[in-house]
Amino acid sequence: MRGENLINNPWAPMSSDIWGRIFDFSDYGELLVLVHNSIVAGAVLGVVCGLISTFVMMRDLPFAVHGISELSFAGAAAALLGGISVVVGSVAGSLVAAVAIGALGQRARDRNSIIGALMPFGLGLGVLFLGLYQGRAANKFGLLTGQIVAVDSVQLRWLVVISVVVLAALAVMWRPLAFASTDPETAAARGVPVRLLSPAFMLILGLTVAMSIQIVGALLVLSIVCTPAAAAMRVTASPVLVPVLSVAFATTSTVGGILLALGGSVPVSPFITTISFVIYAVCRGIAALRTHRGRQPVPLSAER
Amino acid sequence: MTSPVLELQSASLAYGTRQLWSHLDLAVAPGEVLAVLGANGSGKTSLLRAILGLTPLSGGRVLVAGAPARRGSRLIGYVPQLRRIDPLTPLRARDVVAQGVDGHRWGLGRRTRARRRLVDAALDSVGAAAYADVPVGVLSGGEQQRVRIAQALATDPRLLLCDEPLLSLDLQHQQAVIELVDNRRRTSGTAVVFVTHEINPILPYVDRVLYLADGRFSMGTVDEVMTSRTLSSLYGVAVEVIRTGGRIVVAGVPDAYVHEHDHIAQAVAP
Repeated sequence: MRGENLINNPWAPMSSDIWGRIFDFSDYGELLVLVHNSIVAGAVLGVVCGLISTFVMMRDLPFAVHGISELSFAGAAAALLGGISVVVGSVAGSLVAAVAIGALGQRARDRNSIIGALMPFGLGLGVLFLGLYQGRAANKFGLLTGQIVAVDSVQLRWLVVISVVVLAALAVMWRPLAFASTDPETAAARGVPVRLLSPAFMLILGLTVAMSIQIVGALLVLSIVCTPAAAAMRVTASPVLVPVLSVAFATTSTVGGILLALGGSVPVSPFITTISFVIYAVCRGIAALRTHRGRQPVPLSAER
Repeated sequence: MTSPVLELQSASLAYGTRQLWSHLDLAVAPGEVLAVLGANGSGKTSLLRAILGLTPLSGGRVLVAGAPARRGSRLIGYVPQLRRIDPLTPLRARDVVAQGVDGHRWGLGRRTRARRRLVDAALDSVGAAAYADVPVGVLSGGEQQRVRIAQALATDPRLLLCDEPLLSLDLQHQQAVIELVDNRRRTSGTAVVFVTHEINPILPYVDRVLYLADGRFSMGTVDEVMTSRTLSSLYGVAVEVIRTGGRIVVAGVPDAYVHEHDHIAQAVAP
């Protein structure tokens, strides 16, 4: 069918072919069954990343997320080369980075310079390991820019286990972490263990990043670990609505991205990053409109 | 005579070989205002940290309402200096006050009606009810400090620790902050420890002064401490104190004691 189209429509022979590779919804129902795992993974990831991104924004850590993801990539590449589980590798890499950044970079400037030094090193290591790796090229590419949809049940089990750990940790430390993230001095004065929470958060951030890499790839992690809350904070200042919206945005991006990518032959990540970015742009637009009308910059507030 | 809200008994604090202050005896009565003055590094912030139970003393005791100081005490309200808050910070004025109520507790927290009443009452008591639902990041400095006082008062403390709360405020807002603190002291008998490097704005309200300098200290009424003789002997050089038109001007403090400010959440020394 597509072949005929190419011949019959001389005006856009190339573009229709490219669009066909990006979007293809034939046999959609059957595909949906096959990628059941991926959709579940996307939803789980959306919830965890939406919540984590709230704190990433409050603590000003987007750059740290990027640094962690590069070392996570190196770990995953090493695992691929060594023939062990990629998830184990990326978790190990993530945790090493999170601990290093958390321990050495208490102050923002220290932290940024450490990440700046660590990130290219991690990426370089990853490139080295991939260069030595003889297996499928799709595996290599996938670590950096995301998978082509398929998530196997072993990966999914890992994802769920890590998510449960992260969500449980967040549930326990939510209030003091929010206090310490927005006003560390007063939080310390009120008895919040500020110095304990900082490395604790870096650990669960590391786990989340390692998880996200499985789906969106190391280079694009920020689109689900930073953008959702960044968008939410543009339209509300309610500490309840921000995480709720952030989860909604992240889940829309991951699940929506996976659904759109199903038929095409390109990785899932561009769909996720694009949805995520569009949501962000729309939220900024709403905020700009409100300011333009002379209202409070962030007026939407939940009842309590 | 009522029992003191805050008591230091022969308190000493040292980091390694560096002695910040030693054998400090102090009792602050309900409703009393103690101004703590001194240069950077003289141990003002460390004193607050010791009272908050964040830094252990190297000698002596700190008692708050008769019991040894412990971290997270509800008896103490803490008002920090004004800081720039990112406009996108996801907190409204009421959320900042709520953090003062239960922000230190583990878990997600329940939003009960009692908690909301507490927050509303605290905001009301500082005249901040009008912007209860406005994001803190877009409030003015003076409004933010009002909210911070409401946060500090939300637990109905017996002792209020003010850590340079007037810094970077204009005169009018400085006055508003001082009046709120003074009002609380008069109506509820809350004792106040007011750390500042500028005594003039609070001069009419101060009962006693603790002046820290170079490992030494001097304590007494304003008239006793803020004299050329006392400060000269504290600093070990000729310092001149001039009182003019209800203001106190201190001249000749050595350059080494430039006024800057430590942060309570930071380590003061290795």
